[in-house]
Amino acid sequence: MLKRKIIYRGIFMGAIAVLCLAAVTYGASDTLKDNVYQVEQLKPIDSVPKLKVGDKAPDFTLPAVSGGKVTLSQYRGKKNVVISFVPAAWTPVCSEQWPGYNIAKTIFDRYNAQLIGITVDNIPTLYAWTNQMGQVWFPALSDFWPHGAVADTYGILRSDGTSERALFVIDKKGIVRYVDIHDINKRPPLDDLVKELEKLKK
Amino acid sequence: MTKRILIFFAALAICLAVLTNAPVASEQPPTTGDVLESITLPVPQDQNAKNYLGVTGEGSFTISQIKAQVVIIEIFNMYCNNCQREAPRVNELYQAVGKNPNQKGKIKMIGIGVGNTPLEVEVFRKTYGVPFPLFPDEDYSIHKATGEVRTPYFIGVKINADGSLSVFHTKEGGFQDPAQFLKQLVAASGL
Repeated sequence: MLKRKIIYRGIFMGAIAVLCLAAVTYGASDTLKDNVYQVEQLKPIDSVPKLKVGDKAPDFTLPAVSGGKVTLSQYRGKKNVVISFVPAAWTPVCSEQWPGYNIAKTIFDRYNAQLIGITVDNIPTLYAWTNQMGQVWFPALSDFWPHGAVADTYGILRSDGTSERALFVIDKKGIVRYVDIHDINKRPPLDDLVKELEKLKK
Repeated sequence: MTKRILIFFAALAICLAVLTNAPVASEQPPTTGDVLESITLPVPQDQNAKNYLGVTGEGSFTISQIKAQVVIIEIFNMYCNNCQREAPRVNELYQAVGKNPNQKGKIKMIGIGVGNTPLEVEVFRKTYGVPFPLFPDEDYSIHKATGEVRTPYFIGVKINADGSLSVFHTKEGGFQDPAQFLKQLVAASGL
């Protein structure tokens, strides 16, 4: 009798497990097609700002997907810099934001601005991700190790180790001119950035 | 034992409910045979775009007012990688329509940039030299009304005599061969 009870319980649990697993797989099947990992609604901002307009932008050196390293101060006196931090590769909003910038090079050129993209992912992940964008014209940098150190310096490291979705405009003198720590769930409109770049000309 | 069977079926019902409801959006994407809800768009400022659509003045117009028998609507997003990749082929589709005297003027194309500002749509238009009118859907209202489809998404509609729009074709994702896609559209529309 006891043996029979165990068998029934086993069948019951197994059936539930199979059905629930099927439910998860079915829900995700469409997204798997594009390899983009769907993320639920996240806390809009999960860090304490450390930088404000007028501050000197902290210098950093990070490895780039294309090889070599990029240092922020290498642009000093030459170009304005726009830093786009995105939370993580292969996530929905981020997987759109950079492809948009990728076709807006003329806008950045118009304001003599160098775009720099940074995520806390490692280089191989960033490589695979940016490659499927058809390669990007701007340096994509990895703030992977020490993990999120630059994001932390810029006050945008979230408690789960990703970064905020943030934009920093830094002028040729290395001064922060615009900070947009955006709701992580939303894409910042290009218009806001253009407005800020326009101000640099004045 | 009866109790156990009851629990089993209750659990089964819950799992089936999860299974069937998982991917459902607030509005369903249009399917062939549907009547597409009226979509209102701003009259473009560009005279060439006005001439193409056959609309005049300022303000807004609806898709049924476009001077055509068939309208191909591309739901796109300037930021979407697949839409960028597809853009040259969509342009080829436009060129193919223009080259065929039986289709030119009867089939018109428009694009709707979901979540895009006018500036973002303009960047897309300029980058790919898109020859047909593009409209921003900044607040996602058209996107929501059309079932929040993944982009790019194509909807072929026929403009009926009473101004209603019959959906005769929908397609998620890109098409490999513009000429072949046009053939499909023409056949399905009954032009």
